[in-house]
Amino acid sequence: MTVQVVVKANTYIDSVSLMSLSTKANQIEGVEQAIIAMGTEMNKEVIRNVGLMTQEVEEARTSDLMIVVKAENEEMCESAFVGIEELLTKKNKPSKGSSEVKYSTIKSAAENIPDANLAIIAVNGMYAPREARKALENNLHVMMFSDNVSIEDEIALKQLAHEKGLLMMGPDCGTAIIGNVALCFANAVRKGNIGIVGASGTGSQELSVRIHEFGGGITQLIGTGGRDLSEEVGGIMMLDGIKALQEDEATKVIVLVSKPPAPIVEEKVLAQIKKSAKPVVVWFVGGDEEKVTKAGGHFAKMSKEAALKAVLLAGADESKINKRALNLPLVEEVRAKLKPEQKYIRGLFSGGTLCDEAMHIAMEKFDNVYSNIQREPEFRLKDVKVSQDHTFIDFGDDQFTQGKPHPMIDPSTRIERFIQEAKDPSVGVIVMDFVLGFGAHEDPVGAMLPAIIEAKQLAEDEGRHLEIIGYILGTELDSQNIEGQINKLLAAGATHASSSQNAGLLAREFVVKGE
Amino acid sequence: MSKINELFNEKINVINVGIESFKDDMIKQNATVTHLEWMPPGRGNPEIIAALDKLEEPTIAEKIEEANKLAVEKIVNSQPVLIGFDQAINVVPGMTKTTILHAGPPITWDKMNGPMKGAVTGAIVFEGLAKDIEEAEKLAASGEITFSPCHEHNCVGSMAGVTSASMFMHIVENKTYGNIAYTNLSEQLSKILRMGANDESVINRLIWMRDVLGPILRDAMKLSANGIDLRLMLAQALHMGDECHNRNIAGTTLLIQALTPLIIQTDFTTEQKKEVFEFVASSDYFSGPTWMALCKCALDAAHGIENSTVVTTMARNGVEFGIRISGISGNTWFTGPAQKVIGPMFAGYKPEDSGLDIGDSAITETYGIGGFAMATAPAIVALVGGTVEDAINFSTKMKEITTTENQNVTIPMLNFMGIPTGIDVRKVIQTGIMPIINTAIAHKDAGIGMIGAGITNPPVEAFEKAILALSENII
Repeated sequence: MTVQVVVKANTYIDSVSLMSLSTKANQIEGVEQAIIAMGTEMNKEVIRNVGLMTQEVEEARTSDLMIVVKAENEEMCESAFVGIEELLTKKNKPSKGSSEVKYSTIKSAAENIPDANLAIIAVNGMYAPREARKALENNLHVMMFSDNVSIEDEIALKQLAHEKGLLMMGPDCGTAIIGNVALCFANAVRKGNIGIVGASGTGSQELSVRIHEFGGGITQLIGTGGRDLSEEVGGIMMLDGIKALQEDEATKVIVLVSKPPAPIVEEKVLAQIKKSAKPVVVWFVGGDEEKVTKAGGHFAKMSKEAALKAVLLAGADESKINKRALNLPLVEEVRAKLKPEQKYIRGLFSGGTLCDEAMHIAMEKFDNVYSNIQREPEFRLKDVKVSQDHTFIDFGDDQFTQGKPHPMIDPSTRIERFIQEAKDPSVGVIVMDFVLGFGAHEDPVGAMLPAIIEAKQLAEDEGRHLEIIGYILGTELDSQNIEGQINKLLAAGATHASSSQNAGLLAREFVVKGE
Repeated sequence: MSKINELFNEKINVINVGIESFKDDMIKQNATVTHLEWMPPGRGNPEIIAALDKLEEPTIAEKIEEANKLAVEKIVNSQPVLIGFDQAINVVPGMTKTTILHAGPPITWDKMNGPMKGAVTGAIVFEGLAKDIEEAEKLAASGEITFSPCHEHNCVGSMAGVTSASMFMHIVENKTYGNIAYTNLSEQLSKILRMGANDESVINRLIWMRDVLGPILRDAMKLSANGIDLRLMLAQALHMGDECHNRNIAGTTLLIQALTPLIIQTDFTTEQKKEVFEFVASSDYFSGPTWMALCKCALDAAHGIENSTVVTTMARNGVEFGIRISGISGNTWFTGPAQKVIGPMFAGYKPEDSGLDIGDSAITETYGIGGFAMATAPAIVALVGGTVEDAINFSTKMKEITTTENQNVTIPMLNFMGIPTGIDVRKVIQTGIMPIINTAIAHKDAGIGMIGAGITNPPVEAFEKAILALSENII
């Protein structure tokens, strides 16, 4: 042990700073004990009590600064003094003056930010309803990203919102564009005159992206959450959304997207359409044309069709639109490459509605289409880990997201499954979506790329052709660089589909036999 | 136009709760976004959340708001005035020759920590009930001494809070509501009874305080026509850079300035008067207890208001931290384990030497000064993490858990914002923000004394127990 003492004459440091310095000095490596104090009798007494009294300390005056260090060896003592000197000379960063005020509750934030108009709630579903209620009570519109919220809570919140004339988007609402600001998961699209109300996140994204591609633009994209059109919730938010768009001067055309609504809710929605002075395009995946037409709406069976109808109704010049017709020569070419036993499609999707659309397209020609999101129990996968005949999997469904991030952020589960499907000799086509835009993975194709190359090689080694279709949902305004994403896909030998609809159609046509 | 259509035409201004990356994406699109520092209410405990939910039912919430409004009105409008000094046995309700008052919620001798035991035995010797510390320990354990919390006798006591019959007390009267609060005299800092020290020098100082300081102050105040308006003085001290818990330089100067003309008129010798002035000058802490009595006096006026969720007491006995709530009248304490105090220490001591949080001095934070008024005292920011910004943040943050601002006591640096006043149990549970307390650190062993100062928080358990009780009591 070595003890060293430095006394700095006429150096005054206030006692609080000294306490702080001593505390830090004692944390320097190798220091057994460090005392930094003014030369008062009381401080000398302390030094005496711990047995570190020296002649220099004895002689220090009240106005002198004493530094006493006890360390393992001389070297450590020296380095401790260097450290202490640094502490003595180090100045704190100058204060920024008034710092940013941080709030802990919606109520206090709302009270202090009078211009606040929307709350985004993305906390555990256990706490989300409570926060949404606070937001509504404080006259904030709500977008609730959280899922695992009970239907009772959803109804109560939407009723409260309805009474107050506020938006209650969600629960489980991941996509909205309000005032040209994309919220949570949405794409960067042009401002325009088409308004969307969507009970489906990726369905809404797909519509906004296709509208953008066809030269149109969006006024507002209102998300409702997937359960809004259930019998229990009764379409509260879709009805309020339609009304708001009907009254919105900037909106010329309204587009609705949802899974098929409960019949009683569908009636209400159609009744609302009937009252609309503005054209309404309805794309309810697997929906009924007759009812929609009867209500004066414009029926669309598929996504691209819905977007196209909307831009035409909004005043676009049809002759200037590249409709991206299906590549029929390619269909012939791929059919020729697939062996007779390669009969099946495997769809691996991160977007629920994209999965649903591809599945419905397949169902038009096949009666053995299975999925984890099939409404018919008979065609629901017994084990979501095992594919059967034509299988379409939505990796965004609860079975895959419990305790894990959404596949649009974390692609690992899908990559694993992709390899499994690629090894199956009965598979002819694997179709996948890659979602770009705000909130999404920064390089979704890149994440899947090594697996695609590996699968292609594996199939080739076994003497079969494996067709991989990739659809990239995004615009040139999205930060992920859609061109780069497409090029990566093509370079790996995959086929690029130009829309969700085309992805579904290509997948189906590739494996259709004997036509 | 409906509110939804209004939204379409406004600039989006978002309050973001939960996933922070959503904020960054929206900022890229030029939206205004405020990200909340959000935590699950009640630490995510469903039972606590249910209690909170119940208190937020509109009809109940309305009653609470009304009760809390009244409670904070009482705190803000209280005008505590120093009207005199006298020995505890003469003034403190329930005081006997064998009573020892202590800080914090009730505690028995066998459970007391080192500093409190040190102070208790020292006080027993000082009162002449035992000849030495060893004998005092036996007496303390014998059951012949009555231990009781200061708070249950209209008193507050710093650190161990140990108060015995012949000690001199401040007498502070609430001119608005008529109630009276008492507290001990400052022994100044370091090796002193209330920090657990009890050797001869400590006892001798107490004897001098009893025989010289106390009587001089008592006689001086008898000459004061209207007493000393402590709230006015407190407001001035804050403007001069004190937060009046850990820093008391300005307040002490103001107080002795007011007392001096009275002291010099008393019949004591010049030598004795000089001793008093030298004692006051020996540390800045002289006015520390005075502010505590002020705070106690104001908060007692707000205690016992039906349905109020305002905290009227925060106090620690070195083992447990206890709070009392206005809406649950009387001496019902809600407790949790006393916490460590984090902060710089006197040269020669290490964190492991520290006793746990102790003292009634958190009454200052309960009132809205101390840690709550940290922005007034940039000179001692080393206690709270080092920067002036931190100090300001402590004061603004406390507004999140309080009911109002006390415009009678303001913080210049925050544009004369009133001190955050009326801690609301509901807000503490909702936000997970704990009151911030500036305090001293006593050595964990008896007989040593003060070894540092810093900050601490109450245990969340105390507030959780309180909210459960409130949800059962409020109808």
